[in-house]
Amino acid sequence: MAFDKMELRDIEVWDGNHAAAQALRQAQVDVLAAYPITPSTPIVEGYAKFKSDNYVEGEFVMVESEHAAMSGCIGAAAAGGRVATATSSQGLALMVETLYQASGMRLPIVLNIVNRALAAPLNVNGDHSDMYLCRDSGWIQFDAFSPQEAYDLNFIAFKVSEDHDVRLPAIVNQDGFITSHTAQGVHTMADDDAYNFVGEYKPMNDMLDFENPVTHGVQTEEDWHFEHKARQHNDMMTKVSPKIEEAFSDFEKLTGRKYNQVECYDMDDADVAVVCMGTSVETAREVAGEMRAKGLKAGVVGLRVVRPFPFAEIGNVLKDIKAVAALDRSAPGGAAGVLFNEIAGSLFNTDSKMLLSGYIYGLGGRDLLKSHLVDLFNELQANADAGKVLTQQQQFIGVRGPKLAYL
Amino acid sequence: MLEIRWHRSAEQGDVTGAKGLADVISTTGKHVQAFAFYGSAKRGASMTAYNRVDDKVIMNHEKYMEPDFVFVIDPALAITTDVTINGKDTTKYIITTHLSTEELVKIQPKLEGKEVYTLDCITIANETIGRPIPNTPMLGAFMKISGMYDIEFFKESMQRVLAKLPQKIVDANMVAIQRAYDEVK
Repeated sequence: MAFDKMELRDIEVWDGNHAAAQALRQAQVDVLAAYPITPSTPIVEGYAKFKSDNYVEGEFVMVESEHAAMSGCIGAAAAGGRVATATSSQGLALMVETLYQASGMRLPIVLNIVNRALAAPLNVNGDHSDMYLCRDSGWIQFDAFSPQEAYDLNFIAFKVSEDHDVRLPAIVNQDGFITSHTAQGVHTMADDDAYNFVGEYKPMNDMLDFENPVTHGVQTEEDWHFEHKARQHNDMMTKVSPKIEEAFSDFEKLTGRKYNQVECYDMDDADVAVVCMGTSVETAREVAGEMRAKGLKAGVVGLRVVRPFPFAEIGNVLKDIKAVAALDRSAPGGAAGVLFNEIAGSLFNTDSKMLLSGYIYGLGGRDLLKSHLVDLFNELQANADAGKVLTQQQQFIGVRGPKLAYL
Repeated sequence: MLEIRWHRSAEQGDVTGAKGLADVISTTGKHVQAFAFYGSAKRGASMTAYNRVDDKVIMNHEKYMEPDFVFVIDPALAITTDVTINGKDTTKYIITTHLSTEELVKIQPKLEGKEVYTLDCITIANETIGRPIPNTPMLGAFMKISGMYDIEFFKESMQRVLAKLPQKIVDANMVAIQRAYDEVK
């Protein structure tokens, strides 16, 4: 059945959800299986509307749970189709078991996670608890800081994930509400240009290829399980990054928009820097600019690729910075914080004298104020001047009650 | 940077209003942001929505705002809540009410000394669109007070934003915008 193309203006005012839904439409997904949940609902709702308005040729499968949604995606991907879905928070938590199946079976699937807090207490607003929940699930993970990036990174995710050297599923994260429900200008691609960037889906080991029967989802015990997992990790560590670089480069040629695995802003001569993810990166960039006007050499590092973690790149960017803050938007559950630990790991066993301190912030959608970041940069400068971390290594930003600090 | 805060009841349509305004402004080459506070609030709960407008890319994602304009599209909220919160000395208030500005300020002393403009968006919407959806009239009033765009240009742009609605409804919205533009004081 033929489907219609959509005329888009060069700049559309879209929120992050609509931007992601448009990207899924333009990528011409074969199967989207979904069980909607706030705040990601408008992605699948929007896609369903495209389907009913004849802008989409593929199948839309409404299922009975998020577990079933990803199971449907796995089945469709194994059958040999381009597959995507979206979820958030509790839905992702229910989906986690199947995330490991998808990556272990080497199935390219694109999952949009609109980041939201995990209950209890119940909360629909944005933090990175769900992103962290599946960080070791073997999925490639991208992070968008704005609706534009939620749009762009979907195309890049399909291209990398479906590459026959990669064959690993990919997540595109965006901040719940702060990106997903915030409308901003988004530079669009024409339908044909967008589709041509992703390219026609090329199946591999597909179950519908009856001439070449294959088995998916096998059992391996101590005899082979480790080798499978090791090979999967090897491909994640060695094959994904070059493909991401290639996709970023092709995307820049097409659109002029340049992405990097580690995004650096004002870092060349920085004394102090904040490392964070999501919309906080942009707010921090604005504050860093204001701090520079006051004479403080502030920089910002945003993590564009969360998995595979850009270990060497992060180390290179931060090694000569005097004082760095790692901002984690997730309850650390008895540890220092994911970003804190990853950054510490990337600079351990090096000559770097960088001072690192960790901050927990923004849980359940709590606002990250520019004034918080001003205080933070000043605190980092004090650490840099003193040549040591003057506070405890883990602090909380923006929480009421007595000041919390640990480690 | 121009910043606007909308006060409304949940599901009253201000997110549509905020996004519609952002859409129109975007076509003139400016950068825009439109967002709202969300929770599990049901129809009728007091809510806020926001616009930012700037000549350069808007990177600030703070929800906190000291607005240049405050739009109140539910008449009760001007009285039952403090719409002047985080206001500046220069903040302009456009409030939908059947009261005159003087009568409103008498009931809500927090508005005293502020730059307050009033009009009855609810009645305008009822009489034109046929439903008490006050967001498009509010934008007509905003064009008058801010002088941001020529009203004819604005109406033309809003026709495109509302294009997915039946033509009859679009036409009614145009009448509502013009009436609000003429009636706000």
